[in-house]
Amino acid sequence: MFNNMTLAKRKVVWAYIFLAIPIIFFLYIRIYPTFFAFQMSLYDWNPLAEEQEFIGLENYQELAEELGDQRSPTRRSFENTAKYIAIGMPLQLVISLMIALMLNEIRFMSTFYRLLFFLPFVTSTIAISWVFRILFERQGFINTLLQAFSLPAQPFLRSPDQALYSITAVVIWQGLGFAVIIFLAGLKQIPRTYYEAAQIDGASRWQSFRRITLPLLNPSIVYLVVLQSISFLRMFAPVYAMTVQGSGGPLNSTTTVVLRVVREAFDSNSYGFAATLTVTLFVIILVITVLQLAITTRRVD
Amino acid sequence: MRTKYLVIVGILLMLLVGFQVTAQDDVIEIEYWQYNFAARVDAMNMLIEQFEAENPDVRVIHNGDIAYDNFRTELATSVAGGVGPDVVSLFYGWIPAFVDAGYLVPLPEPFTEEYINENFVPMVSGSAAFEGEYYAVPTAVRALALFYNIDLLADAGYDAPPATLEEFVEMAVAATVYDGDPSLDNLVTEGYAVQMSGQAHHWFRESLVRQFGGVPYNDDYTEVLWNSEEGCEAFAWLTQFETELLTGTNEGVGGTADADDAFVAGLAALHIDGSFRLAAAQGNEDLNFGIAELPVGPNGEQHTYGSYWTHGITRRAAEDEARMDAANRFLQFITTAEAGTLWVNEVGELPAQTSAVNDPALLEDPFIGPFVAGLNYSHATFFVDETAQRQVMIDALDLVRLSGMDPCDALQEAAAIEQDLLDDFWEDR
Repeated sequence: MFNNMTLAKRKVVWAYIFLAIPIIFFLYIRIYPTFFAFQMSLYDWNPLAEEQEFIGLENYQELAEELGDQRSPTRRSFENTAKYIAIGMPLQLVISLMIALMLNEIRFMSTFYRLLFFLPFVTSTIAISWVFRILFERQGFINTLLQAFSLPAQPFLRSPDQALYSITAVVIWQGLGFAVIIFLAGLKQIPRTYYEAAQIDGASRWQSFRRITLPLLNPSIVYLVVLQSISFLRMFAPVYAMTVQGSGGPLNSTTTVVLRVVREAFDSNSYGFAATLTVTLFVIILVITVLQLAITTRRVD
Repeated sequence: MRTKYLVIVGILLMLLVGFQVTAQDDVIEIEYWQYNFAARVDAMNMLIEQFEAENPDVRVIHNGDIAYDNFRTELATSVAGGVGPDVVSLFYGWIPAFVDAGYLVPLPEPFTEEYINENFVPMVSGSAAFEGEYYAVPTAVRALALFYNIDLLADAGYDAPPATLEEFVEMAVAATVYDGDPSLDNLVTEGYAVQMSGQAHHWFRESLVRQFGGVPYNDDYTEVLWNSEEGCEAFAWLTQFETELLTGTNEGVGGTADADDAFVAGLAALHIDGSFRLAAAQGNEDLNFGIAELPVGPNGEQHTYGSYWTHGITRRAAEDEARMDAANRFLQFITTAEAGTLWVNEVGELPAQTSAVNDPALLEDPFIGPFVAGLNYSHATFFVDETAQRQVMIDALDLVRLSGMDPCDALQEAAAIEQDLLDDFWEDR
């Protein structure tokens, strides 16, 4: 059959054969497990057992009960994840936009400054988390600094009231570089002539930012809002590395949904319930992403 | 041309299968798994060598490469992959979960109740049975004892470790050194710091609660009782070190990560820990430390917490009669008194066998002796979810030290959560 084809046809067939390998890999390694999680969430799944017991929606019922229980770490994990995204995402966008605007103005050593902001992004999250964990210590660098300015030492990661904000700060700092680069690329796309025209018409700097920069940056903003929201929703590594024994403590004040998934599955052997959490998170991410796309993707003239 | 390749591949496959068949004819292969801990792996390799010399028809494949953190996950994935151990070492506290899943099978003859009561220390015979069946037996056990820094106690004016809880408080306070005002921010050396994520929660459950006149659980460990009045007293006693006496914190001192580290680094005077910490402490040549039995409580009693890694036979071995027989012989071999003696010499853990542990040389050993003495009054808590139950106590202490909650109120909250865990486990059975 192959021999009867023209050379061009054969080329196409080979292209598909080569493409098939990553596609099969992707389907089997990424897509299949995702759907497998849906199935798992309907079972009292215990990987050590020979047979799995089908329990229908009991896991979801349990999740609903946990969400109604003030003490439940699962409930805390959803609350905390909401906090991470509500605080982290807007702050990260505002700060990175400010930095991008400044970097866009300077010419002298601009590459060096860009590199400086981008470096944390390419550094391992675990390494950064551990460095900050040490900096945040009771007798650590940050407290020494505070005391040098006669400010009171802070508990940071050791306080249930401050730990979440301390971790958020580190995550924002680490992600800045990426957002700055995206904004810079967006800023470069805006033609200079628009600003010149605005200047001639007597517009203030704030007005040209409000009327030209912001609307024309909309595609970058949409992209970042969606991407950073998803990354805050999936937050795991910084919390795992910055809390004692990866507990999401103190007192569950920093735990996230993904951290609960890991704890439920690998510590408590409740794979079914862990899958239920995964599916729920999947649905939440889907809904938020669709909503954000619908709201923020407006045509700008 | 294609047929030629097929023929070659076919021949290779047949050879491969053929070899496997002949291999199976000669000897029975069984797999033994434990988590990676260098001294244990070496000790087990010695035992396997001896076993194979005595049992030429059995070959034991030893998998000791898996990191502790991944051990349970790897066991789980091995089931899915249709592979895995025939004999496996598990923490005794995990046994219920593994039995629950049908992963372990009841031990065959000769592991009867009489055999276990006769040959193993009381702590093992008291905790090895699960719903009337025996699923695992250990080579060695561990117990808690008091680690003390001889130099720091001498600086504070003491030449012997505390014998009672009262003396423990006194010495902890006296040995604490601050740089400036007494505050946890100014600690230079710690008198004593509570590490709930380490052994302190065991000390509380099985020692302190009993010493203050309470009992931690009912007889079959289905009901939390450590939140009684006596339990509250014990918990208030334990939490005072960080909240009132300011003798230390688990947040580390002088750049150390936690209380375990602080003691090993020579920055803490008193520390409660297991025999497994000996190697780390002896690893610091500058550390001048001693071991004593746990302090006597207000009621004059001594209690300690004992725990152990124990070996069970899996469902996989039970599927095949010959493998089951080989696994049984192997299990008997690695749990003899001789194996226990080899273990204490190689790993530093205490023998689990009555005859090996009554060796006078062991009792006289300045480091091992106090742990061995503790085996006479040790208790092994029956955990349904060790990680979660430990977290309960970590959170209870955090509620007191971080949120300023009354110790007894925090303990009630913790008890409610742990009771839920116990109920969840038992209600499914």
